[in-house]
Amino acid sequence: MAGLELTLGHYLAVSAALFTIGVFGIFVNRKNIIVILMSIELILLSVNINLVAFSVFNGTIMGQVFAMLVLTVAAAEAAVGLAILVVYFRNRGEIAVEDVNVLRG
Amino acid sequence: MALIAFYILSTVVVLSALFVVAARNPVHSVLWLILAFFTSAGLLVLIGAEFLAMLLVVVYVGAVAVLFLFVVMMLDIDFVALKQGFQNYLVVGALVALALLAEIGIVAAAATFGGGQSFDPSPGAPTNAEALSRVLYTDYLLLFQMSGIVLLVAMMGAIVLTLRSRPNVKRQDIAQQTGRKRKDAVELKDVRPGQGI
Repeated sequence: MAGLELTLGHYLAVSAALFTIGVFGIFVNRKNIIVILMSIELILLSVNINLVAFSVFNGTIMGQVFAMLVLTVAAAEAAVGLAILVVYFRNRGEIAVEDVNVLRG
Repeated sequence: MALIAFYILSTVVVLSALFVVAARNPVHSVLWLILAFFTSAGLLVLIGAEFLAMLLVVVYVGAVAVLFLFVVMMLDIDFVALKQGFQNYLVVGALVALALLAEIGIVAAAATFGGGQSFDPSPGAPTNAEALSRVLYTDYLLLFQMSGIVLLVAMMGAIVLTLRSRPNVKRQDIAQQTGRKRKDAVELKDVRPGQGI
């Protein structure tokens, strides 16, 4: 019976895989900031899965409250990030972020 | 049964996350992202965290992914040029990802989690949503309000960033329209016959 039911380890494994894929996506898509933002969303999703899994398997509700806060911050971050992206596209006409050094003094 | 569902869902999540990263077209990336969010919501339903799962669908699929889709389709970008350096960074990225995964595995193997003793998605309440709301509006009220402020500031920031006033564009000004007087618009001329104005 021990090997036939869901455990915390299952969820931690999925979460670790998602986190790694997100970091991999940031490294691979160096030019495309849209995919970088999506990779950040994947990382936050893996964090959420981790928090909820710990919360459920330990029988405490705090992890789910914290996952809600992470969800809020993820939504805010996506909104502001995409707004910055739109403004950047308006100014430059492209979104290649490999050579973003207009702020360099 | 739950284990079979878990394996199916987690395979779909991991594969769609990989396609998010590797897709050639960002529109396809967003669609794979939506699939990943949906299936991870299924993963959360599997362990009884229904409220968070529905929140994931509403917030991520309904708001964030659609926002991404809007931006991707709105901007006129040469996607082929953006994909140029993919092969160059593939090796480095794979190495970093493997190192990260190995580190997580080492830590997870060495650590002892307190999990598994008491499986309870909704402690102290009949349903998951009720358990969450009982603490959310009492113990964590300040956190709840602060997350509202975070959303408000993010909304204002997005509006301030993207708002622009272009002076050359003609727009309808309702106050000006309704405030127009007869003497501003019509002028009476006394035209003599055969002379014109």
